[in-house]
Amino acid sequence: MEIWNGHFECMNRDKLREVQSERLRDTIERVYFNVPFYRRKMQQLGLGPESIQTIDDINKLPFTTKDDLRDNYPFGLFAVPMSEIVRLHASSGTTGKPTVVGYSRRDIGTWSEVMARTLTAAGATRHDFIHVAYGYGLFTGGLGLHYGGEKIGASVIPVSGGNTKRQLQLMQDFGSTVLACTPSYALFLAEAIEESGIRRSDLKLRVGVFGAEPWTENMRKEIEEKLQIKAIDIYGLSEIIGPGVASECLFQQGLHINEDHFYPEIIDPKTLEVLPPGKTGELVFTTITKEGLPLIRYRTRDLTRLNYDQCNCGRTLVRMEKCLGRSDDMLIIRGVNVFPSQIESVLLEMSEIKPHYLLVIDRVNNLDELEIQVEVEEQFFQDKIGQLMSLKQKIQNNLESSLGIAVKVTLVEPKTIERSEGKAKRVIDKRKF
Amino acid sequence: MIVHQLSVFLENKSGRLTEVLETLGKENIKITALSVADTSEFGILRMIVTDPEKAKNILKEKSFTVNLTDVLSIITPNEARFYAKALKILSDLDISIEYTYAFSIGEKSVIILRTNNTEMAIKALQEHEMELLKASDLYKI
Repeated sequence: MEIWNGHFECMNRDKLREVQSERLRDTIERVYFNVPFYRRKMQQLGLGPESIQTIDDINKLPFTTKDDLRDNYPFGLFAVPMSEIVRLHASSGTTGKPTVVGYSRRDIGTWSEVMARTLTAAGATRHDFIHVAYGYGLFTGGLGLHYGGEKIGASVIPVSGGNTKRQLQLMQDFGSTVLACTPSYALFLAEAIEESGIRRSDLKLRVGVFGAEPWTENMRKEIEEKLQIKAIDIYGLSEIIGPGVASECLFQQGLHINEDHFYPEIIDPKTLEVLPPGKTGELVFTTITKEGLPLIRYRTRDLTRLNYDQCNCGRTLVRMEKCLGRSDDMLIIRGVNVFPSQIESVLLEMSEIKPHYLLVIDRVNNLDELEIQVEVEEQFFQDKIGQLMSLKQKIQNNLESSLGIAVKVTLVEPKTIERSEGKAKRVIDKRKF
Repeated sequence: MIVHQLSVFLENKSGRLTEVLETLGKENIKITALSVADTSEFGILRMIVTDPEKAKNILKEKSFTVNLTDVLSIITPNEARFYAKALKILSDLDISIEYTYAFSIGEKSVIILRTNNTEMAIKALQEHEMELLKASDLYKI
């Protein structure tokens, strides 16, 4: 198994702490003098650049949130003049203004480096054909994979999202070996392949690198079975750099965080206290090499935990567990915390239904109601009402025992739930607060 | 004597039944009999059609969930006692009726039956000299 940058990826952890300390000191100096927002925040806490000497001093520093990025829209948190910025990306901004990120030339280099590590960890080499079906554009997915793919010397196919027919055509004609897209689009492609009558032997796919949205172990199994590939989880967010923040190796035992660039902490999202290794909480990152948009203790809202045991692959980098959900994806239904990923796990365990579902939450007579629409698998459909009713009851029972709240299950026709070619929209919350 | 009935899963949304009928109509598929079993959320549309295999594929292409189900059909004089007789023959043999629907034309009634044992039901009804209809006969009605 190849490792792209053994020097950093397998570095002795004491040595790594020295590197992290040095890089943090440098970052703090830069943000203190170049970003008024950080200078003000540090001054309010009585901190100067000299207050931060080692990585252990990080917990003195204030947190940064997505709101801070929005409040300083578009370029207010950049730490270099615009003449040094060579690229801008922006998040979709579904909940307000988009968040804008800027990259210096060195940042683009860092991004390509961590993506080269990601692809190498997934087993990709210069001999591979990387089919990039992430969207290209303001979204970081497409270009992130693209630069990483070029860096390792693979043949990159920048097909971008959508136009499934053409995707399948190119996949066959070019002999794509590595598929990069969101996990929900991977499932969508798997179905499309099934329907098109393309034989598996006509495809050369070997591995997939999937991320940009939460997905469960069951979904992984489903993708691996249907596409007959190894499905690798990758993690990133545009604020930190895009894809490339962390990724699994072929052991699929957690995602190695590129800690020499992005320093992780786990905090309790309510008390903001740092939690000890192994505890689940909100993931927080400090970028320690970025120039364009350095972020200090940025709250990702993603929930996970860290594992510092050394991996069998030889990397010493800490591993984060597959994200369990987002602290802001969490639905509170009648006071109970519910994650869409929990519902997905239950549904994927049942062979009678498709892994396509939609959650609709409404408040009826001051009471929250959770409706789960699920598609009925054609092979299971018999024309007896009783049989369908008992299927519905079975789904309902399974969900209720897993979630601990009453739910309403509705069976729907196949293909009625919108298929995503980007991130899946699986929740409709009609409640007005 | 087995008749292939076309069954379609329908969400309880207006316009879905129309879509099925229009789709079949366009392809010149004729419907001899039709019934809908419904709950508050979904329904199952059951139809006897000419060329059920073709009808199934056409609807599948339109993303409907479709299935072919084995049913049987008898033709009797248009009087309730004959319907009753047929049901009794089956219940005496512990063959259960999953559902049934019927219609009459002139002096005759056509009864469609879905049982838990189609083969045995056909045999029993024939032994009692009930007149069974072949699929091809049904389409001519």
